[in-house]
Amino acid sequence: MAADVVILGGGVGGTIVANLVAKQSSGRAHVTVVDATGIHVYQPGFLYVAIGQEQPSALQRAEAHLLRRGVSLIVDVATRVDPIGQKVLLESGRTLRYDQLLLATGSRTLMDEVPGANEAHDFYTMDGAVRLFDALEGFQGGTIVIGVAGIPYKCPPAPVEFVFLLDDYLRARGVREKAQIKLLSPLNRAFTIEATSRLVQPILNERGIELTGFFNVESVDPVAKTVSSLEGETVAYDLLVLVPPHRGQKVIEDSGLGDERGWVPVDKNTLKHTKFEHIWAIGDTTNIPISKSGSVAHYEATVAAAEIVAELKGELPPAHVYDGKVMCFLETGRGEATTISFDYDHPPVSPTPARRWHWAKALFNKTYWHTVPQGRLP
Amino acid sequence: MSTLVGKLQIDKTIDARGMACPGPLMNLIGAIRQGQVGQVFEVLSSDEGSKTDIPAWLAKARHDLVEVVQDNGYTHFVVRKAR
Ligand SMILES: Cc1cc2nc3c(=O)[nH]c(=O)nc-3n(C[C@H](O)[C@H](O)[C@H](O)COP(=O)(O)OP(=O)(O)OC[C@H]3O[C@@H](n4cnc5c(N)ncnc54)[C@H](O)[C@@H]3O)c2cc1C
Repeated sequence: MAADVVILGGGVGGTIVANLVAKQSSGRAHVTVVDATGIHVYQPGFLYVAIGQEQPSALQRAEAHLLRRGVSLIVDVATRVDPIGQKVLLESGRTLRYDQLLLATGSRTLMDEVPGANEAHDFYTMDGAVRLFDALEGFQGGTIVIGVAGIPYKCPPAPVEFVFLLDDYLRARGVREKAQIKLLSPLNRAFTIEATSRLVQPILNERGIELTGFFNVESVDPVAKTVSSLEGETVAYDLLVLVPPHRGQKVIEDSGLGDERGWVPVDKNTLKHTKFEHIWAIGDTTNIPISKSGSVAHYEATVAAAEIVAELKGELPPAHVYDGKVMCFLETGRGEATTISFDYDHPPVSPTPARRWHWAKALFNKTYWHTVPQGRLP
Repeated sequence: MSTLVGKLQIDKTIDARGMACPGPLMNLIGAIRQGQVGQVFEVLSSDEGSKTDIPAWLAKARHDLVEVVQDNGYTHFVVRKAR
């Protein structure tokens, strides 16, 4: 009889694992994906929606169309996992039994956790990106402040990319001279990786983007229009864009599968839950202190799929474990970009910003739908 | 879960070795934001920059650096949330 492999979350990671397990298990598995919306969203595109360079509709596809034949999709919210009874309870009241369970539910953003920040803008949700573009279109001058209100957050380069793209956008509209752009960085440099920061910092200076270091946003005063930091400083704004605090999904917290923020504890190489048998987790939902990125979810997915298939076949676990590989792009504006690559054993490297990296990112974004979810890229 | 290292009670360990992004200090800031005053955090970092970055942020944000130990290929920091 085929084993039941249940995957919670039809995002980047969950979709790749579903397709690879269905393909590689030679009929030994019945794969079911449970997704809250049934719509697969390409989140890196939010950055471009926020400056009017992408349409929301281009970033969404029906999850059913991205899954191989034979994979079942249930559109429902998982509300509880019973790791001992090996069952998942869904919002509709339905219960699913599993032999192997993959948690790939990503993260949620909670701007409400920041006192006074209810009206702050963000580009971390589709609605936020659409609303931000609206506000930017009406912007005639003043100070735009970009800050980080919680760690960890998805795609650490995104705030830096945003200020460069914002600079381009304001210049194209002819309002750059009337605008001040201030980037509030959690660290005492533009970006967490020093080598990348050394490339980025001169470009910030050249574009007239002001950098304030060691500024971790703690609260906002929407009446005075100021934002204050954990370190005790205050900055005034006319338009405020924040990276909201992130946490794991409620189902993880309610089921006792995660830490106090809902991140799932896994072994950083095998991606197996540290406490419960037959449970794996990949992507943004894990507690591994590595960048929450589609890139990580993608590389982890190929490892988790191979391990699940080996387990189904009664074979030894594969020799290939997750080695901490990350590969991300970082837009530096004016049609140029750089990349960041590293793994657990190799320190990060970033090439000098160039047009070809911008084109590589644009190409990846366009071809995503036909390559990544299907597991066609290694 | 708390573990004991020497006489000190460690409330949370962040093993950021080999994880350049978001990096040891970013993860420490995240943990301190979420933690309670008095809690003790341990950070393992293989990044050379941490040796200056971590003490510099702790001084600015006014938290305590309790211990720094150089181990084989990495540095071990023990930090207390002071306020
Ligand atoms: C502005 C922005 C820019 C980014 N840029 C990049 C980039 O350039 N490069 C890069 O690599 N990454 C980038 N990312 C990050 C990337 O999008 C995420 O890290 C990636 O999507 C994580 O994949 P995942 O599979 O873990 O989770 P997700 O893709 O978020 O998928 C999670 C899925 O789980 C579902 N779900 C959640 N809870 C439940 C539940 N209870 N029951 C059922 N289903 C549930 C959700 O509906 C969703 O479909 C960016 C993100 C943002 C916001």
